[in-house]
Amino acid sequence: MSTATSIHQPATGYLEMLLASQPQLPTSPFPQINTLRAEAVNDLDLLSLPTTRDEEWRFTDISPLTKLSFIPARATSTLETADIAHLYIEEASTRLVFVDGLYAPQLSSPVIGSGVVVSNLTTALVTHSSVIEAHLGCHITIRDNIFAALNTALLDDAAVIVVPHNVVVAEPVHLLFIVTEEDTASTPRCLVVAETDSVITVIEDYVMLSQQHCQENEYFTNAVTEIVLEDNAHVNHIRVQREGSKAFHIANCAVSLGRASNYQSVSVALGARISRYNLHVLQTAESSHCTLDGLTLISGRQLADTHTCIDHAKPHGISRQLHKCIVGGSAHAVFNGKVMVREGAQRTDAKQSNHNLLLTAKAHIDTKPQLEIFASDVKCTHGATIGQLDSEEVFYLQSRGLTESAARNLLTYAFGAEVIDRIPIHSLKQQLEQTVLEQTASQL
Amino acid sequence: MIYSDSKVLLEVRGLCATVNGIDILKNLDFTVRSGEVHAIMGQNGSGKSTFAKVLAGHPAYEVTGGSVLFEGQDLLALKPEERARAGFFMAFQYPIEVPGVGNSQFLRLTYNTLQKQRGNEELDPLEFDDFVREKMKLLEMSPDFLDRSVNEGFSGGEKKRNEILQMALLEPRLAILDETDSGLDIDALRIVSQGVNQLTTKDNAMVMVTHYQRLLNYIVPDFVHVMDAGRIIKTGDKALALELETRGYDWVSTEHQAATETRVI
Repeated sequence: MSTATSIHQPATGYLEMLLASQPQLPTSPFPQINTLRAEAVNDLDLLSLPTTRDEEWRFTDISPLTKLSFIPARATSTLETADIAHLYIEEASTRLVFVDGLYAPQLSSPVIGSGVVVSNLTTALVTHSSVIEAHLGCHITIRDNIFAALNTALLDDAAVIVVPHNVVVAEPVHLLFIVTEEDTASTPRCLVVAETDSVITVIEDYVMLSQQHCQENEYFTNAVTEIVLEDNAHVNHIRVQREGSKAFHIANCAVSLGRASNYQSVSVALGARISRYNLHVLQTAESSHCTLDGLTLISGRQLADTHTCIDHAKPHGISRQLHKCIVGGSAHAVFNGKVMVREGAQRTDAKQSNHNLLLTAKAHIDTKPQLEIFASDVKCTHGATIGQLDSEEVFYLQSRGLTESAARNLLTYAFGAEVIDRIPIHSLKQQLEQTVLEQTASQL
Repeated sequence: MIYSDSKVLLEVRGLCATVNGIDILKNLDFTVRSGEVHAIMGQNGSGKSTFAKVLAGHPAYEVTGGSVLFEGQDLLALKPEERARAGFFMAFQYPIEVPGVGNSQFLRLTYNTLQKQRGNEELDPLEFDDFVREKMKLLEMSPDFLDRSVNEGFSGGEKKRNEILQMALLEPRLAILDETDSGLDIDALRIVSQGVNQLTTKDNAMVMVTHYQRLLNYIVPDFVHVMDAGRIIKTGDKALALELETRGYDWVSTEHQAATETRVI
């Protein structure tokens, strides 16, 4: 890390320093990684940190983030299985665990061989370099995205999943990114390649391991995920962001859909002081299908921003989207859902709905559904609602013996449960339901 | 049934209540003893449903005068949930739908909440399942009801049955059924009424708020009260309901007015 800052000047933030000094990592033994990094460093020269004057960042002020200093992950974790067993998902015996940004082999159970690959990047590259080279860095756009560019400039290791043609992976795979150290900056990276006719369920999970009696501190997660569905592949993607309450979490996910492929995504944002999730789904061939469901549940002074874009570039595509926000305290949720139907993408069928629940007078929601249609024969609908809990519903539950707060909790929970119910993994669903119950209970 | 050794469960004296500044209940008196079945009848806007909601503690209604003692306790000082805990129950005219909450989860939650508050043992999901299925037989409800969201997509009759099921689980001392008969077809009315009748004991009491005499063929009241302009102006037995059915309500108001004027003279 550069230490060029003069002691007489006010210390600049991590991001500013990083951009000023150009990230330099020791040369990787893999030429492709070096190439990707170099390209990203070049792009970074042309990019600057977004402000609220940028349309895409209009509602999300990240200036608190740019002022802070962070330290890149230092040493390999000494955590043991017992320390994090409570974070495991019982249905997912295959998992990759990253602690403070670094791969933790002692906590992971990779699979690598002639069939399915679930491994960290540097191991997978040894045996599967061609498929990785064909996709890593090829789906995420970094030219106009400083955070994705930064992640790529600092690319070192990653979680890699490759499902070969016609293979159905019955068990979900758990990609677990844990932060334990304060002031850490990490750049998690995932690549999922589902080859033709394959099926897989992936859980992407960001969590802070809270130290007892220790005050939570700021840290920064800057994640990039690329998911490729080749023809007729089916991917369930469950994303859980349960970072610590002072964390900054910025993530970019690019999904590429092949012909007749099916991408089902449920993303749940619970944690972080400021979070931003960009999900970009591109239908590259005819008849692909995607479902994007999301739940944001925040309180206190949290800000959670979800930007999604479904790009119907080819005909006969279907997309379904349900995004819900539950906002308490003086928290602020943003939803920007863009559905693009390109010229020639006839017979596109797109449906988007966004429902928002404000729990307090100071809670704030900005919602911006965006339809851009350049084809003539399409079916596209969208709708957004913002509301409060219905006092008749609260009274009904009270009249059955529930306290007012218990009644409010239950109704709030029920509002969110519609999204959680769509997670196809029983134990995770239960875990999240519990989290939602606890979080709604604590803020009312 | 009227019992000679019955206790007073509910004593309402001079109750006045407003909603949005409009007087709805005006000096209402009403007494219920254990074991009794009461029917409150009256035209639209006479204040019947308001009375039920005031007793249940609905926040939209403001009590501006009078007192309500429930088993000797000041009911008006209690929050809605405390009234439920004390043994008061209202079956809603329009039960609320709660999408996203399973009916069995909801029923168990309310049951266990009251059990805990009353110092009784809570039931785990398996024990509760057996318990609730027994109660559901009473109302000829299919077990499918347990797996659906609370009242979501229920027909009018199903919602009312679900109300009575809750009453069966919560075992109140005093239940007010607010137009439980409205929107019920003849079979549903019979089933709901049978359920209510089986739940009536000499230690509890039922108050039915209704427009129609029809319900009273199935649940026979000990007392029939006529409400008009926010108070009870006439009380009789089940014969009064039949008379109301044939003669309407106007004569009761006229009679009451005449009596009041006579007193003034």
